[in-house]
Amino acid sequence: MVEPRFKPGERVKVLKAYPLGHVRTPFYIRGCTGTVERICGAFPNPEELAQMRDGLPPVPLYRVRFAQKDLWPDYNGSAADVVEVEIFQHWLEKA
Amino acid sequence: MKEDQGPYRPLSYFQLMEVSLRELLVEKGIVTEEQVNAAVEDMRERTPERGAKVVARAWVDPEYKKRLLENGTKACEELGLDVPALKLVAVENTPQVHNAIVCTLCSCYPRMLLGIPPEWYKSRNYRSRMVREPRAVLAEFGLKIPDRVQIRVHDSTADMRYIVIPMRPAGTEGWSEERLATLVNRDSMIGVAIPNGPTDR
Repeated sequence: MVEPRFKPGERVKVLKAYPLGHVRTPFYIRGCTGTVERICGAFPNPEELAQMRDGLPPVPLYRVRFAQKDLWPDYNGSAADVVEVEIFQHWLEKA
Repeated sequence: MKEDQGPYRPLSYFQLMEVSLRELLVEKGIVTEEQVNAAVEDMRERTPERGAKVVARAWVDPEYKKRLLENGTKACEELGLDVPALKLVAVENTPQVHNAIVCTLCSCYPRMLLGIPPEWYKSRNYRSRMVREPRAVLAEFGLKIPDRVQIRVHDSTADMRYIVIPMRPAGTEGWSEERLATLVNRDSMIGVAIPNGPTDR
């Protein structure tokens, strides 16, 4: 298994990348900064699985919490509202 | 599948595709009709009553709730519910936090606890707007969340599946677990509704 690089509570930024193929990082959070809520475990890399490869070693998966106001400048709701998204480690960098 | 599907309509493209593929698989001896039927029956047995059982137990047993929030998969297994190949994360509604679930990429859904997802859950409308304007979407479901309550939307983009533990309605003190479970409907475990209590009617 790939060693986790981030801890809960740490600020992380999602890569602003647009590779082809099957990717499970939604577009709306690419380039956005959030906070690690928890480490979900480690799972085979879905981008590799989609190419019929084994996706090993498993990659750490994080739940990252984003403030709505950081995602959508015109967000219409409480400033405390958040979205949590599961993101694989290779999509994250230290913020 | 023989069941009431409303007035007669010709098969759609995907229905035809399903029938053709299934018949081919059977004809070539890859699966049998019995296996297909058993799989369909299996799927059909998974209904939101399973999720309601988990929620009701969490309402009456604080220790169970703690274990459920720590490890959803294990806590379901405790109740004899099989949650194969999946990590279940239970999220709890409180007076300060309202949770809701979506899958913006496709239609990931805690099928083992809630069964087959409703059509709207898979719609582009729900999937795109739930992370963009959740308060407006919830209002369309008839749920007005006051601004002082934080909304936490959970986008199940990878290997986790989510279930919302709604707040136990007032006026249900002393109710049995079975009776409590009848209050917990599917939508309240997705987070687009809250269970009605005896005083809400």
